[in-house]
Amino acid sequence: MKKTVLYPWHVAAGAKIVEFGGWQMPVQYAGVLAEHEAVRQRAGIFDVSHMGEVFISGPDARAFVNRLVTNDISLLEHGAVAYSVMCDDEGHTIDDLLVYCMGPRSFLLIVNASNAEKDFNWISTRIKGENVQALDRSADYGLIAVQGPLAAGIVAKVAPFPADLKYYHFCLAEWRGTQLLVSRTGYTGEDGVEIMVETARTAELWDALMEAGKDQGLAPAGLAVRDVLRIESGYSLYGHELDETADPISAGLSWVVKMDGHDFIGKPALQNLKPSRKKIAFIMEGKNIPRQGFHLKVDGAECGVVTSGTFSPVLQKPVGIGYISADRGLAPGSRLSVDIRGKEAPASVCKLPFIKPGVLR
Amino acid sequence: MECPDGLHYTKDHEWGLEEDGTLTVGITDYAQGELGDVVYVELPEVGTMLKAGEPFGVVESVKSVSDLYSPCSGEVLEINPDLESEPETVNSSPYDRGWMIKVAVSDPKELEKLLSAEKYLEFVNSLK
Repeated sequence: MKKTVLYPWHVAAGAKIVEFGGWQMPVQYAGVLAEHEAVRQRAGIFDVSHMGEVFISGPDARAFVNRLVTNDISLLEHGAVAYSVMCDDEGHTIDDLLVYCMGPRSFLLIVNASNAEKDFNWISTRIKGENVQALDRSADYGLIAVQGPLAAGIVAKVAPFPADLKYYHFCLAEWRGTQLLVSRTGYTGEDGVEIMVETARTAELWDALMEAGKDQGLAPAGLAVRDVLRIESGYSLYGHELDETADPISAGLSWVVKMDGHDFIGKPALQNLKPSRKKIAFIMEGKNIPRQGFHLKVDGAECGVVTSGTFSPVLQKPVGIGYISADRGLAPGSRLSVDIRGKEAPASVCKLPFIKPGVLR
Repeated sequence: MECPDGLHYTKDHEWGLEEDGTLTVGITDYAQGELGDVVYVELPEVGTMLKAGEPFGVVESVKSVSDLYSPCSGEVLEINPDLESEPETVNSSPYDRGWMIKVAVSDPKELEKLLSAEKYLEFVNSLK
C-alpha cells in the first residue's frame, strides 16, 4: 500500500485512514460536516499527492495529446488547463484528467491515482511514430489543494501569485528556492488552487499553508468531504460515473468531447454511439441516503442504478447521481424511486450541479 | 473512547441500560466514531415487538449506513423524539441524549449474554 509523503502528518493529526486506489489516505479529520463547513465558508486543505503526473514532451507533443484526449487542446494556451476524458478505441473511458499546457512542446497530464499506472501504460503504447516522450513523474511531485472562499488569499501569503489568475489557468511561483505550480482548479465547486510541489518539499509547504491559514480557519479536509463537495458540485468521479464501461457522452461530458476539428482515439465509436443510458441527478424526499449500486425505479420498473450518493449539507437532504435507461425521458421535476434496502424511497429528478457553484468562471 | 460501567454491550456496538425491566438502547462511542457524522436515524414505531439480535433500525452517516440490532427481545415503549431533528446527538452524546429506544425486556436472561464494559472494551481493542 502506498502512502503520500504527508501520511505521518495525517496520522499525527488524528485522521482516520482508509485505502483508496492503492493508497492509504486520510478520509476525515474533525468530521465530514465540520470539514464541509470549513471548505464552503472558509477554506480546507487536501492532500492529493496520490494523483499521477505524466509529462508529454517533444515536437509532436500537442498533436499527440490532442489525439489522446476527447477535448480539443489544439489551441490550449501556455498557462491554461483543460478538463478532458481519455477513451479507448471503443469510446470507453480510460480516465478523466486535466491537461496543462506547459509550453509549445510540453504538456502535463494530471490523472487519477487509481489509474496512474494504467494511464501511463496506455499513453506509452499509443505513441506511433510521433516524436514525443512520455514520462511518469508521479513520485516526484506532491499535490496540495486549498479550496474555499478564503483559499486564494491564504495561498498568496505563502506563494505570491497574481490575484487575477483565471479559473483553469496556472502560473509558476517561487517559494523558498523551489518552484511551485499554482493552478486555479479544484474539485469542490469553490474558488481555490491546487499546488504542485516537489515531493521532498511537500510537507514543508503543507506546514507553511497551515500556518498561513490558521487565523482564517483553514482546516485539513479528507476524502469523505471531498466526495460530498464534488457530488454537490456535480463532478464525476472515476469508479462511480466513469469507468471502462462508461462513455463520456452518456456520462454527460459531451462538453469535453469535441467531434469537430480533431481526431482522437475513440472518436469513430463515439460518433456511432446510440447511448443506452444517461446520467441523471436526483434529490431524495426522505432521509435515507442513496448509495452506489442501489437500483433506480420508475413506476415500479427497474431502469437504472445509483453511481454516487451522499447527504448534502447545503441542501440538508440526501442526493444522488446515477444512470437511467435512455428511453426514460426524465425531465427535471419528474419522480423516480431508489430501492433502499427493499423499500422504494421517492426522489425527484433535478439538474446538476445540486448547488450553485462559488467558483470564478 | 468512552465505555461506561454498568451498561450491557453487544458485539454489534449497541449499549443497553436496564432499569426496572426497561432497557434503554443506543450505540456506543466507538460505533459513532466509526460511522462519523450521523445524519439520520430510522427507528421502529412504539409498540413494535423486537427480537434479540435482530435489526430494529438503521443509522445513516454521511459516508456509511449501518443496521441497529436489538440487545434484547421485547416491545418498544418509547423512541427518542429528538433524533428526528438532531441526529448529530448520537455523535455528541452517545450514552445519554443520543439514546434511541426503550424496550420492555421480555426475557431478562437475554441480558446475561451481553458483554460487560470490560469485555466490550477487550472486543473493540481486538478489532483494531
